[in-house]
Amino acid sequence: MRVNSVSRFGGTGISVVADLGRMGLYLLQMIQGCFRMPFRFSEFMRQMSFIGVGSLAVIFFTAASTGMVLGLQGYYSLHKFGADGMLGSAVSLTLIMELGPVLTALMVTGRAGSAMCAELGIMRISEQIDALDCMAIDPFRYLISPKLLAALISVPLLTVLFDVVGIAGGYVAGVHLMGVNPGSYIEGMRSSVTNHDILLGTVKSFVFALLIVWICTGRGYLVHQIKGAGFGARSVSTVTTQAVVLSSISVLIFDYLLTAILL
Amino acid sequence: MSESAITFKDVEKSFVKDNGSRQVILDKVNFSIPAGKTTVIAGGSGQGKSVTLKLVLALMRAESGQIMVAGDDITSIRGGKLKKLRTRFGVLFQGAALFDSMSVFDNVALPLRERTRKSEAEIKKLVLESLEQLELLGHEDKFPAQLSGGMKKRAGLARALQLKPEIMLFDEPTTGLDPVMTQEIYQLFARTQAQIGYTSIIVSHDIPKVFNLADQVIVLHNGNMDVFPSPEEIQWSQKTHIKEFVKTTMGEIYQSHLVE
Ligand SMILES: Nc1ncnc2c1ncn2[C@@H]1O[C@H](COP(=O)(O)OP(=O)(O)OP(=O)(O)O)[C@@H](O)[C@H]1O
Ligand SMILES: [Mg+2]
Repeated sequence: MRVNSVSRFGGTGISVVADLGRMGLYLLQMIQGCFRMPFRFSEFMRQMSFIGVGSLAVIFFTAASTGMVLGLQGYYSLHKFGADGMLGSAVSLTLIMELGPVLTALMVTGRAGSAMCAELGIMRISEQIDALDCMAIDPFRYLISPKLLAALISVPLLTVLFDVVGIAGGYVAGVHLMGVNPGSYIEGMRSSVTNHDILLGTVKSFVFALLIVWICTGRGYLVHQIKGAGFGARSVSTVTTQAVVLSSISVLIFDYLLTAILL
Repeated sequence: MSESAITFKDVEKSFVKDNGSRQVILDKVNFSIPAGKTTVIAGGSGQGKSVTLKLVLALMRAESGQIMVAGDDITSIRGGKLKKLRTRFGVLFQGAALFDSMSVFDNVALPLRERTRKSEAEIKKLVLESLEQLELLGHEDKFPAQLSGGMKKRAGLARALQLKPEIMLFDEPTTGLDPVMTQEIYQLFARTQAQIGYTSIIVSHDIPKVFNLADQVIVLHNGNMDVFPSPEEIQWSQKTHIKEFVKTTMGEIYQSHLVE
């Protein structure tokens, strides 16, 4: 009984390490794949439209509501100290450095990451990826690099959109609803946001884009090797759930790490 | 026999089941596939014919032994070299493995688009030509989900033949086709092989018809391969499982030769 549970523990440990190893190797292959020619420009554009354009509405909505809540909440806190003038600074810094990159990444994970994972998982279990291998068409170049590049470009752009819409939302809530002085909102923002803050937000959004594509496509691509995921349709659904959870958690962990390192 | 395109040396393959026991698929098998000829692999369902083809393509790895393809051992090479070796192959999977988000036309055109520098006009001409041969003309805009089982097979066949490979692997090319279509596919095989001169391996249950194409026959049974240099010879075998196989697949007519 005891030996059994020890061996089960050991077995789980081994499969976790093996899984990490495969994901690490996958990351390398994915990055190499981006440098292989010919690049699939039309597929890249399709992914840009799927990840980028397709996410506009949800990003717009999330940003507007987040910005407005920040405006109200910030006003409530700052007003207690008579610091209404700091509202613009508080809202914009929070959005640019934290909430913009993080919430954008979470939205893109839910919308596009899950779709990428399911797509690759289905291609794997129906031998379509084997077929690519057999035709000597590199699946990393063919399937994955367009997704990676599209995400690396569109996620930072979506983040910028998030920031802008969020700050405008904060303006509406603070200035129009709560009666903060418009000049001080703008001025507070202008004087406190530095290039470094914007750089931090941008670096974050690049890293998040890489994480999302790595984890989501990787889980799908490796679905047949993931222990305990089961087989067939169920394995794809299990792995898609895993991908969304893992990629959201890693976004949050890396958010903390990057803030701690770069702030 | 002429030089060999593929050689299996002491190849072992088994799967570990969930309960820890092993299922042996290939038990130290040795055989070679002659270049430019057709080899038919026969054997009951679940004996490991598809697995054998996957070993040749290095989609699965053997536990031990060597599989030599054009002087390279495919069980030990990886990466760029493996990719290069695979350019020699054309493959029809048992389940066709069409790209299900692409139309039939795009599926068949894919190898030409990705692996050659042909113009789109040339590609269109080639693709429509082979779709016509396989009676798929008029269906080129359909997606795999909108095809019948036999049509999928034929589309997969059209795709596999596009690059005029040196070695063709067909996993049950005629399963799910009607007898007329089956006959036409066999004629197509004979024609294209005469044209291109490829080595072909056909896994098939369509016995004895497929024997018309065969130069060599391999019967897979319980992890062992019995190699027959010609389809006729299979009838003279004294092994009980081969006799049984001949009797059930080819019928008594062939047996009567033996009795004489
Ligand atoms: N990935 C795998 N994991 C475990 N067992 C497998 C795997 N692939 C195949 N097998 C087993 O190997 C054996 C041979 O399978 P294979 O697909 O090669 O059969 P086959 O000879 O092609 O049969 P059929 O004529 O029905 O296509 C089967 O018992 C199958 O269950
Ligand atoms: Mg099979």
